[in-house]
Amino acid sequence: MPVLDDMSASQAQAKKREKRKLTLDITAYLSPIIIIVVVFVFAPLAIILFFSFLKSGPYGQIIYTFTFENIAAILGGGYGKVFLKSVYLAIQTNFLCILLGYPIAYYIARFGGKRKVLWIFLIIVPSWSSYLIRLYALKTLVGTKGTINTLLINIGVISEPIQILYTNFAVTMALVFAWLPFMILPIYAALDGLDRSVLEAATDLGATPFRRFFRVTLPLTRGGLLAGSILVFIPTVGEWLVPHIFGGSKIMMAGSLVAHKFTAVGNIPQGSSLAIMLAATLVLILYLTIKWGGREALEKAL
Amino acid sequence: MSGSDTLNTEKQPAFCLEIRDVVKQFPGVTAVDHISLEIKEGEIFTFLGPSGCGKSTLLRIVAGLENQDQGDVLIAGEVVNDLPPYKRDCSTVFQSHALFPHMSVADNIGFGLVERKIPKADIKKRVQAKVDLVNLGGMEDRFPHQLSGGQMQRVALARSLVLEPTVLLLDEPLAALDRKLRKEMQIELKRIQREVGTTFLNVTHDQKEALSLSDRIAVMKDGVLLQIGTPNEIYETPRTRFVASFMGATNIFAGSVIDASDDLLTFKADTGLQVIIPTPADIPADQITGFSVHPELIDLIQGDANPELTCTETDVMLPGTIKEVFYLGDFSEVSVILDDTDLILTVYMTRGWNGPNMKMSEGEHIIAQWSGESMNLLVG
Repeated sequence: MPVLDDMSASQAQAKKREKRKLTLDITAYLSPIIIIVVVFVFAPLAIILFFSFLKSGPYGQIIYTFTFENIAAILGGGYGKVFLKSVYLAIQTNFLCILLGYPIAYYIARFGGKRKVLWIFLIIVPSWSSYLIRLYALKTLVGTKGTINTLLINIGVISEPIQILYTNFAVTMALVFAWLPFMILPIYAALDGLDRSVLEAATDLGATPFRRFFRVTLPLTRGGLLAGSILVFIPTVGEWLVPHIFGGSKIMMAGSLVAHKFTAVGNIPQGSSLAIMLAATLVLILYLTIKWGGREALEKAL
Repeated sequence: MSGSDTLNTEKQPAFCLEIRDVVKQFPGVTAVDHISLEIKEGEIFTFLGPSGCGKSTLLRIVAGLENQDQGDVLIAGEVVNDLPPYKRDCSTVFQSHALFPHMSVADNIGFGLVERKIPKADIKKRVQAKVDLVNLGGMEDRFPHQLSGGQMQRVALARSLVLEPTVLLLDEPLAALDRKLRKEMQIELKRIQREVGTTFLNVTHDQKEALSLSDRIAVMKDGVLLQIGTPNEIYETPRTRFVASFMGATNIFAGSVIDASDDLLTFKADTGLQVIIPTPADIPADQITGFSVHPELIDLIQGDANPELTCTETDVMLPGTIKEVFYLGDFSEVSVILDDTDLILTVYMTRGWNGPNMKMSEGEHIIAQWSGESMNLLVG
């Protein structure tokens, strides 16, 4: 018996050693990537996290004393409104993207025929140009002396230019404009992957087209909807360019607050803590989404 | 398919399903070419044909999933041409099963009942009855991805049957199953049909399946209906060359009648072969274009015993040489080249009939023999 025990013990040890060697091998092979991730992702995050517990001096210099002041200020409610507004705008954008994107994706998937690829290409192409340039292009359309106002005045519909720029509407519109493709693509993928005979079966079993959509098509494309929502919602919450260009000083989002703290105010610790809070909020929302929608949605999104 | 149907028409509302002169064209092909047929209540009717013959299209036209260019479809005596699928009194079992992946077995089966606004308690009862019918007890809460192919097939069947349709349409219902399961489901299908009495309209490319499952078969090719009949008729008396070869009567002799007396015809094949055939009652002599013989009806006589090589009205005997022997276990498929021709006969030699120790070798000279009544006359 003891001999046997010895054998199995040494065998187990050998197995363990082999496993350790494998882990080591994998680590070695992946080391370049690990180094890049650590240096360029985790290290900056750690620095920001570190800064968020520090103080700022009167001239914007960083004072190295540990404090919860910044976090307390955020939780104290001073910035709550801006955060809520960000989340609200993001939800609104998301919702509008679904409303606009679903029919577009549906049309391409069902009736696109040979032009499917062309349509998808046309949707993707704009996002290859610079984000900033796209936003400024949109701005030239809606400005006080922009294309839309000029046209309306020239054909005599209005006599005074309508104020579009620097309103909530402008911000929402720009957000939807910027992020719509990221909603269309995953929904399109989900719709395109639908087994047509399943839809035929629903019709055959007595479902009208309307009922079929809500009982079969929509539930079966939930993954795509969720993936699109993750892709749209997360960048939108942290958005700062759009409120900056289309909201002027009137509309601030969480992202603009962070930018404001870093640049205009020059309070790095406060900016850092805001950034950390923003990231934490997003991680929480992402976690809840995955919990509700399952892993597949996230995997689809990535 | 002849006069016997007319007796029933007075009592019942005509036919369960009627297809009248239906035409369907796709770019470049005529998928369904002027097809008319009637299906009686309670029968298992099969559209049989090679892939691309238009049988599935015809089924989809009946279901309303495809619109015909011309002609009428009548279900229970009513023209349904303009009714969408969800208003037609028929239901389809799809080849791919087409179960709703996000719904449990019970919800899948109850799908159509929910659409018909049946009370919940009632739905539960009716779903349960069909679950029992297809032997899926205990699986009600499973999801399609947890089921085997055969189980999915049963769910699809129950999902359609629960609606008690006038006609149940089955689009290659067994094609997605493996061989063993197919046999099992075939027996199940027949049992279920006998139990519920619903008319089944089945589509398949598998001759064996059509023969064993159906009450009547319609053979199709290139959108054209070639022959309708019972499995016996289709197998034993195919009327055209295509039906004959499709049903396995691979020995086909094209030719024409050169001499007709009152009760005997002399038939001359294009290859020069002459046979004497009893005059058939139902086919005019000048329409005969050939005859076919099933490989299992031909006998091979071995040895040097040289019987009188004649073709009488009762027997055909032809000398030949064995070209190839494929041993398949329960029988051997033997190819025979007939002397003085390049005609190749296919013959099935079963061990039971020809004795367990029968041996045929390639190159051996034999006499192929079949009886006059084994010959089936072709008209097209």
